[in-house]
Amino acid sequence: MIQFIDVVKSYEQGNNALNGVTMQIEDGEFCFLVGPSGSGKSTIIKLITGELKPTSGAVHVNGYSLERIRKREIPYLRRTVGVVFQDFRLIDKMTVYENVAFAMRVVGAREKEIKERVPYVLELVGLEGKMSRHPHEMSGGEQQRLAIARALVNNPSTIIADEPTGNLDPERSFEIMALLQEINNLGTTVLVVTHAQNLVELFNKRVIAIDEGLVVSDGTEEENEDEAE
Amino acid sequence: MKLNNLGYLLKEGLRGIFLHGFMSFAAVCVTVACLVIVGSFSILAYNLDLMVQELNQTSEILVYIDSDLSDAEAKSIGTKINLLDNVLQSTFVSREEALQNFIDDHDGDSAFSGVRAEDLRHRYVVVLEDNTKMKQTDEQLKQLPGVASTNAAYELAEGFSTIQNVLHMVSLALIAVLLVVSLLIISNTVKLAMYDRKDEIAIMKMVGATNGFIRLPFVVEGFSLGMMGAILAFGLEWVAYDTMVQRIALVDSLQLFSFVSFQEVLIPMVAVFGAAGMFVGIVGSWTSIRKFMNV
Repeated sequence: MIQFIDVVKSYEQGNNALNGVTMQIEDGEFCFLVGPSGSGKSTIIKLITGELKPTSGAVHVNGYSLERIRKREIPYLRRTVGVVFQDFRLIDKMTVYENVAFAMRVVGAREKEIKERVPYVLELVGLEGKMSRHPHEMSGGEQQRLAIARALVNNPSTIIADEPTGNLDPERSFEIMALLQEINNLGTTVLVVTHAQNLVELFNKRVIAIDEGLVVSDGTEEENEDEAE
Repeated sequence: MKLNNLGYLLKEGLRGIFLHGFMSFAAVCVTVACLVIVGSFSILAYNLDLMVQELNQTSEILVYIDSDLSDAEAKSIGTKINLLDNVLQSTFVSREEALQNFIDDHDGDSAFSGVRAEDLRHRYVVVLEDNTKMKQTDEQLKQLPGVASTNAAYELAEGFSTIQNVLHMVSLALIAVLLVVSLLIISNTVKLAMYDRKDEIAIMKMVGATNGFIRLPFVVEGFSLGMMGAILAFGLEWVAYDTMVQRIALVDSLQLFSFVSFQEVLIPMVAVFGAAGMFVGIVGSWTSIRKFMNV
């Protein structure tokens, strides 16, 4: 579960990125986080992954309280949250298999587990036939699938996708969103940060809208429209 | 950290050395150069210490006894000499023995055949505990009743002590500077390795690798570079030192200097080189990693 209670985040320059955000995302939910540039979306992701600490208020992520988390606990928090980025962040010199195996190896998984789990996850994202390819030999959509596989491989309870379709054409974007929906159906909480209004409307999921560091609406597209009326 | 990851981490550390071949080569070369100089100064200082110690043991004060005293009175002064603080031992040399030594020293030269025992004085050969206090002890000896005069080469002893002190200070300063230089070079090599893999490090942090897991390959890399430098420097030092000692042994005018063989200092030298290599390797890499850990 992800829970923000009256969270304020101020940067050293004095500007407030968040001005009292309160929200809760339950285990197994699929949720969009939308808002204009500079609204505070990236700060929310950084707070969830333990890159930042709140200035005031409380942030709870999968059993960790971020306002008082110890530095040495942060790696263990991050193992519960898989992150997918717009620019994929893959290691080009490694093959598809190695990119995913690397994520398992660095958290101390045994080779036997890696050999069992990596092909399973690659099959889940539809890359089972491309294990020996390198990222630069693949399309943008395939690279994003690979990034999702890497985020999934350590079996996190939450996946955060930060503009996952930002570099993709509409057809590939839909495929990626469908894949995230499939992952959510398997029980993983999914939080998608996006600007793609068409996808938000198409999937009709809960949408948390942020503006100037505050939650301005929270509900499905239809509910939000009704409320606006 | 699990034991089954250790092989992977060690392999990654060693891979880094070859991945940044030129920088690794430069780091090893600089470490070798620094450690050879450090080792040379250490062994030189050790040899000089031994020479000064030997000099301390051999340098003596000659205490001449008043000629008016009887043989028995002259012998009794030995007790007073032995009571002085810095006196290790004193040996009575009668004027007859002194004459014999004099004749022996001059190979029975006929020019000295007219010298008689009565022309000489009874004397004591006084060996000191600490040669740096030779001047004070000499003053005390002169104050003793029955002592006519003394002969002490304290300028020489003080000179050696000064050289020894200066060499110690220079050695320490050089060792410190050269260790820092090696440290910086290894630190920069590891920094370069980390910069090259900053994306990997960011991904490792993102998926939840612990700092220890991220750090270890780089520490292994730094440690290996330091140890490679230490082993090469040790071999080079051994060959160079042995060659120098052999050459010096062939030069007559340098016989005053006696050097220990490298085998005699083998264990301390292994310890010094090993510790220095390990120190520059581990500390060098550890300090460079810290900056990259706040991802």
